[in-house]
Amino acid sequence: MLFSNRMINILIPIISVVLGLLSGAIIMLVFGYNPIEGYAALWNGAFGDSYFLGETLRQVTPYILSGLAVAFALRTGLLNIGVEGQVFVGWLASVAVGISFDLPMIIHLPLAILAAALAGAFWGFIPGILKAKLGVHEVIVTIMMNYIALYISNDIVRNVLTDGEDRTAEIAPSASLASEWLASMTYFSRLHYGLIVALFMALVMWFVLNKTTRGFELRSVGFNQNASKYAGMSVGKNIVLAMVISGAFAGLAGAMEGLGTFGYMNVKSGFTNIGFDGIAVALLGANMALGVVLAAFLFGTLKIGALNMPTEAGVPTELVEIVIALIIFFVASSYIIRWAFLRFKKEGK
Amino acid sequence: MDYVIEMLNIRKEFPGIVANDNINLQVKKGEIHALLGENGAGKSTLMNVLFGLYQPEKGEIRVRGEQANITDPNIANDLGIGMVHQHFMLVDTFTVTENIVLGSEPKRMGQVNLKRAEKEVQELSERYGLNVDPRAKIRDISVGMQQRVEILKTLYRGAEILILDEPTAVLTPQEIKELIDIMKSLVSEGKSIILITHKLKEIMEVCDRCTVIRKGQGIGTVEVSETNPTELASLMVGREVSFSTEKTPADPKETFLSIKDLRVKDVRGVEMVKGLNLNVRAGEIVGIAGVDGNGQSELIEAITGLRKTESGDIKLHEKAITNLTPRKVTQSGISHIPQDRHKFGLVLDFPVGENMVLQSYYNEPFSKNGVMNFKNIYKKANELIEEYDVRTPDAYTKARALSGGNQQKAIIGREVDRSPDLIIAAQPTRGLDVGAIEFIHKKLIEERDKGRAVLLLSFELEEIMNLSDRIAVMFDGQIVAEVKPEETNEQDLGLLMAGNSTSKAGGE
Amino acid sequence: MFKNRWFVLFALLLSIGLVLGACGASDDDAGNEEDSTGGDSSENTEEETSEENASGDFSVAMVTDVGGVDDKSFNQSAWEGLQAFGEENGMSKGEGYDYAQSESDADYVTNINRLVRQDYNLIYGIGYLLQPAIEEVASQYPDTNFGIVDSVAEGDNIASITFKEHQGSFLAGVAAAKKTESNMVGFVGGVDGALINKFEAGFVAGVKSVNADIEVDVQYAESFAAADKGKLIASNMYDKGVDVIYHASGATGNGVFAQAKDIKNNDPEANVWVIGVDRDQYEEGAVGDTNVTLTSMVKRVDIAVQDVATQAMNGEFPGGEVLEYGLSDDGVSIARTNEEAMTEEIITAIEEWKEKITNGDVEVPSTREDLETYVNSL
Repeated sequence: MLFSNRMINILIPIISVVLGLLSGAIIMLVFGYNPIEGYAALWNGAFGDSYFLGETLRQVTPYILSGLAVAFALRTGLLNIGVEGQVFVGWLASVAVGISFDLPMIIHLPLAILAAALAGAFWGFIPGILKAKLGVHEVIVTIMMNYIALYISNDIVRNVLTDGEDRTAEIAPSASLASEWLASMTYFSRLHYGLIVALFMALVMWFVLNKTTRGFELRSVGFNQNASKYAGMSVGKNIVLAMVISGAFAGLAGAMEGLGTFGYMNVKSGFTNIGFDGIAVALLGANMALGVVLAAFLFGTLKIGALNMPTEAGVPTELVEIVIALIIFFVASSYIIRWAFLRFKKEGK
Repeated sequence: MDYVIEMLNIRKEFPGIVANDNINLQVKKGEIHALLGENGAGKSTLMNVLFGLYQPEKGEIRVRGEQANITDPNIANDLGIGMVHQHFMLVDTFTVTENIVLGSEPKRMGQVNLKRAEKEVQELSERYGLNVDPRAKIRDISVGMQQRVEILKTLYRGAEILILDEPTAVLTPQEIKELIDIMKSLVSEGKSIILITHKLKEIMEVCDRCTVIRKGQGIGTVEVSETNPTELASLMVGREVSFSTEKTPADPKETFLSIKDLRVKDVRGVEMVKGLNLNVRAGEIVGIAGVDGNGQSELIEAITGLRKTESGDIKLHEKAITNLTPRKVTQSGISHIPQDRHKFGLVLDFPVGENMVLQSYYNEPFSKNGVMNFKNIYKKANELIEEYDVRTPDAYTKARALSGGNQQKAIIGREVDRSPDLIIAAQPTRGLDVGAIEFIHKKLIEERDKGRAVLLLSFELEEIMNLSDRIAVMFDGQIVAEVKPEETNEQDLGLLMAGNSTSKAGGE
Repeated sequence: MFKNRWFVLFALLLSIGLVLGACGASDDDAGNEEDSTGGDSSENTEEETSEENASGDFSVAMVTDVGGVDDKSFNQSAWEGLQAFGEENGMSKGEGYDYAQSESDADYVTNINRLVRQDYNLIYGIGYLLQPAIEEVASQYPDTNFGIVDSVAEGDNIASITFKEHQGSFLAGVAAAKKTESNMVGFVGGVDGALINKFEAGFVAGVKSVNADIEVDVQYAESFAAADKGKLIASNMYDKGVDVIYHASGATGNGVFAQAKDIKNNDPEANVWVIGVDRDQYEEGAVGDTNVTLTSMVKRVDIAVQDVATQAMNGEFPGGEVLEYGLSDDGVSIARTNEEAMTEEIITAIEEWKEKITNGDVEVPSTREDLETYVNSL
């Protein structure tokens, strides 16, 4: 009995992925494209050679951090929709520090990363304090904060960091996460040292939540605010702290873009979606540090690999979006598969 | 033979456990049939099988002599089986009628015909003496009334057989009395009732026959008229149970807790505690008797720091603890067994082990410099699990998976172990079976004998009478009388609780 | 248990991918040669490249910005140019010419890089947003030729294609000034920046040159892909009394058209006009029998793209040069498709001003500062 349950738990994600791939294949077939070519293009686009592997890992990096940001808040029972905005302010802050100072790398780079974390933390602090003190729902505040972040960042890029340009100067090399060594290993991909930062942060999240008294309180507040209050924990303080830490993770995701991928900040016409995709990454990763890392890997793979599908397999971009969405849908809705599985098992008896 | 329900050789398994093993239940038409068992014995599972929520692995169900295959609750409804769950399934903001018709609304041209529904509800309510206002909103009516709405709901859907799952657990003594009348009137109208309970008194009072199950096994069915509570209890628990809690006379010493002229408002801003005075001394159990809603919850929340006071003083050992944070209150030497163990007492999604240190995780040896030491935590947890007989697969099991009694034992273990000066126990045995009640009562008395002060809040008069050394009757936000249990009886107490502060109401 | 689950999930995903990848690769071998090793693929010197190209082995591709090739504007125009080029030389999509669409600005570099690695000889970045990406990749692959449209990029292997949009916009301004009845016209820009400011400056200068009293409402949507915002801005402008709107906002402009058409649908007599941009947007303005597109400031991206591609194929790639397409070489022009709306009077005025611009009598401002000077001098 126990054994078969275990089997189900292992089988379900496998079935999810297979179903996602299958339904994507069916869609491609219906529209007259060769699904094998399509998936081969996806694979080649993500792992085809070391350049694409580098780009995939580059894309995974901010996803890990934005996924951690959402997951951390969710563990404390808060839905941080504002990761997107926190990414923006983090990106901006890191680039601002990156271009404004001339320091030795050992100071400059950590300073720029820290600035991003602080900026994101501040952006998370506002909805946190509003929730704790006035009971304003964090979802509403964080959504609005996203727009504030977007337009303020654009304005600062245009009017403070530059003189009417729509792109800042390149950050100083001493603040850059970019690595010639990694780039040369991967044929000039933009893979940068940020991946190490992201993985380290996953470790930090795991440690804070699972090993510290603070994490104990945060999780407790996430599960049951009444019991936490009864046990003498300050619910408000923990809410603010959770949002601050979540915001800091998101700010770091911004730093990955600012100090790693791009090396500058430009005027954005819309959201980057790093934050919004982070919600899916967190949910897919079950809000656990390791799960988030793996889910970010899946998302980055799909995202980068999909770019190759139109050119290599001729599948139109729109169809690619549908196929990718189907795969994510099936992975995320393993609940349905679990249900079908149990049903099937019962009828078989 | 005229059985309306027959469940024969029912077996239901869950991963790792057999919840029902070869159980038989035969209910006659027009009888009230008790289903008796400890918490976790498999009563609810059996009833969920009957109601179509679970499919049995083996066995046969017959309704009115015909074999039935009940694969979902709709089929159960069609067969005339209705269930009133322990936790009501009502929409707070809807009216009684709307809740009753929900899901089977009478329609006229696509619109819900509420007028007709209201009339039908009214008729049903009068016929069975339920006395429910069809237009009242659920949030405005008492818990007892809500339960009657649930009963009406099943009747409205044409139920002939009613399953009542622990219906008295949430009711005041007065409401219990009314419910018993309602049950009697239902059977006199030809309905049959299956009453799930572990309260022997109720079975003796109202039931015709009683089927006992223990640890998933059917023990047998007895005629209530031919048995007595002691026999039922030993059938249920599997050993002899003592009913009256044995204790030596109290030896109260210095005053630990003193409350002077306390005023507290509730969430809505209504004053619920109105100038209350109370002392609790070392080595005594003071029981607060009263009908729910007279300010008891607010009083306890005020003492424990969960609710701000308006005015007045709360002192522990002559030191003011008024309006301290919950943590400061805890540290000053008060333990609190909360009224609602799911809402306050436990983080249900935490393992039992982590719940055991919910109040002390920040102290050594459970953590050091902000880093938890899970080895020490689980060592302690295992000690407490052992000492307080918390039945759980292991300390890593989520608290949610435990039965109510074991959850409560875990809380009591945690709170008592902190060696507090004052233990506040609010409804410590609510919803528990006799075995657990016995254990908890023994523990509380033990603590009293160690020289601790115990403040007991309970809506069960029997518990108050059995356990208290002194009874403080609370009515309308004040202590209206203090009496000794040996100098009073349930009738007198009931009168005092209703606000008739007559005879010995010599307070302070 | 949990770890196990994830491990298996990913192991599976990867193995499926591997299998598919293997199948796919063998399938594709016959088709094109994308399997040849990446970075050092075009080892030929530039000279050799040209020779090879002349022999008909030339291929060209473009990377869109987030607007996509169906933006009814800029990217679409460029793509049409590539299609025309392909047709001319007997190529088909995927065999000789192709495009890659970007979903976000992080994708630019990835897309360009992939095209390089698929051995395209000339790769265009469409739109100034791709300028840093083109520069970055061009410096890594000196043997591949790149084109950047609408921006100036540094590099010996990059041809920068720019347009004198301010000149065309000036004429659009003249048309608007002649058409307006309310003496209020509007300008909807995409993202506020040097490029679109050029459109704005030229347009305002054109309007004011005809009649200095006409009010010009200038607004930016801060996006080239937000039709909803375009519609909202247009709605506000038309409500205020503006009757001609010139948009220089890519796909955002689709919202401007939508709003004008909505108004026209409700009230066929309404006097609302849109001036399109980049392509002749006459089709976008059709409402029943009438059309709200007054004219379009046509930027012949297609011609420019085709032109540079042909040069590259013939071994005459203008690497390192900044090509400016203006009124005189028909790189920008004013569409006259809507014959009903473009009256004789308007066309005459446009021709007059065009004359003045091409022979140098009028220096059209291309920045806000120049515009100020220009307006003051009127």
